[in-house]
Amino acid sequence: MPLIEVTELRKTYGKRVAVDGVSFTVERGEIFGILGTNGAGKTTTVECLQGLRRPDSGAISVLDLDPAKDIARLHQHIGVQLQDARLPEKLRVAEALELFAAFYPYPADIGALLRQLRLEDHRTTAFGKLSGGLRQRLSIALALVGNPEVAILDELTTGLDPHSRRDTWQLVTGVRDAGVTVVLVTHFMDEAERLCDRVAVFAAGRIVATGTPAELRATTGKSTLDDAFVTLTGRS
Amino acid sequence: MHTFTKLLATEAKLFLRTPMWAVFGILLPTAVLAGVGSIRGMREPSEVTGGYRFIDLWVPSLVVVALAMLGLQSIPAAVASYREQGVLRRLATTPVPPAFLLLAQLVLHAVVALAGVGLMLVTARVAFDVPLPRHPLTYVVTLLLGLVSVFALGLIAASIARTAKAAAAFAMIAFFPIMFVGGVYLPRPLLPEVIQRIGAYVPPGTQPLQDAWVGAGVQPLQFVTLAAFALGGTALAVRLFRWE
Repeated sequence: MPLIEVTELRKTYGKRVAVDGVSFTVERGEIFGILGTNGAGKTTTVECLQGLRRPDSGAISVLDLDPAKDIARLHQHIGVQLQDARLPEKLRVAEALELFAAFYPYPADIGALLRQLRLEDHRTTAFGKLSGGLRQRLSIALALVGNPEVAILDELTTGLDPHSRRDTWQLVTGVRDAGVTVVLVTHFMDEAERLCDRVAVFAAGRIVATGTPAELRATTGKSTLDDAFVTLTGRS
Repeated sequence: MHTFTKLLATEAKLFLRTPMWAVFGILLPTAVLAGVGSIRGMREPSEVTGGYRFIDLWVPSLVVVALAMLGLQSIPAAVASYREQGVLRRLATTPVPPAFLLLAQLVLHAVVALAGVGLMLVTARVAFDVPLPRHPLTYVVTLLLGLVSVFALGLIAASIARTAKAAAAFAMIAFFPIMFVGGVYLPRPLLPEVIQRIGAYVPPGTQPLQDAWVGAGVQPLQFVTLAAFALGGTALAVRLFRWE
């Protein structure tokens, strides 16, 4: 039984078709990558998974729940990291974690989370004063504070320097090793290659390929996932 | 319950870390009162106003200033800036119900407004000899209903506007009429009869506030209208509210 099952998902904004008949499954305990160029429908798809948007048609099941109907229950079990969502400028790191912990029935231990994400020295730093890397770490901590079964991470390392990116990758692997299923949205192929067990490649609202990074390299006959991606998404 | 109190406590901390609105809300009514009261003509009985002093008639309207500023400027600005920054989107992925955030803002601003009105009433009594409300209990209930009814308009503006600028513009649509009808620009006895009658029923209920103060108490119909505005407005805001 897959943890997430998406069948023939379709979503339009006015005349523009954002997601056009997408199907995939995510198994418990894997890191599943959603890859694609900008505007390929990745973010819309995960927003439907999170219950932030209602699909026009198609079926979604996350942890046996329908995001469009059981949103309150679903949100107790998923942790989310959003592309460019900010926190109030004056909210401090520990306060943010304590606040979000109060939203969930079985929150994680905040002290442990601060240590795990190496945020202990920044407990009293206001969000507005955090560097990009620290913000990203806080945002991962907030995604985990509810002890989720699934973590959905959107454009996790955009804007980070190479060191912070590698640190963040380690964190994601750690999260999976702790038993959390991870859905990772990215347009960085090195990141997908390094982290993902399986990926789905999105282009123009459809999935053009699904499989392990190695399988995608093999089917396209390319030596890197980057080249395989370019071939699959139809630009050379 | 724990979720709501935690949210309220956190919002209160943030509110006090940018204390402009708290300071404004608490001090402005008293500051305006002191300004008006320092003019001698305002402290002398006048025939135009039926033997009352200007300042006696002005104090009830100053309550409107406090409510309108906090409810129609501070509340929409706070919620709309959360929307602009994506804070609301982030909260939308948690189990916290949207109404909690609106109610937390309502409670916070209510505390500030009541502190501001309280300080102003005491100053009016001590420094300018303005009598305190003759029907204190009725006054407090009317004030609370008036407060919620104005704040609800601010919450509605905050719920439908996408940006802080738009929220301010929506709120202004209500702000000026409420200030005018409430007798902030001109003492109410000088306003046309029809405007005075409107003021008896629309938020924040300037006429019932005045009646609880100097007159014979509030008419039931005015009470009911105000309560309907307060409840209906809050319910509408919660309904209209979208995380994005």
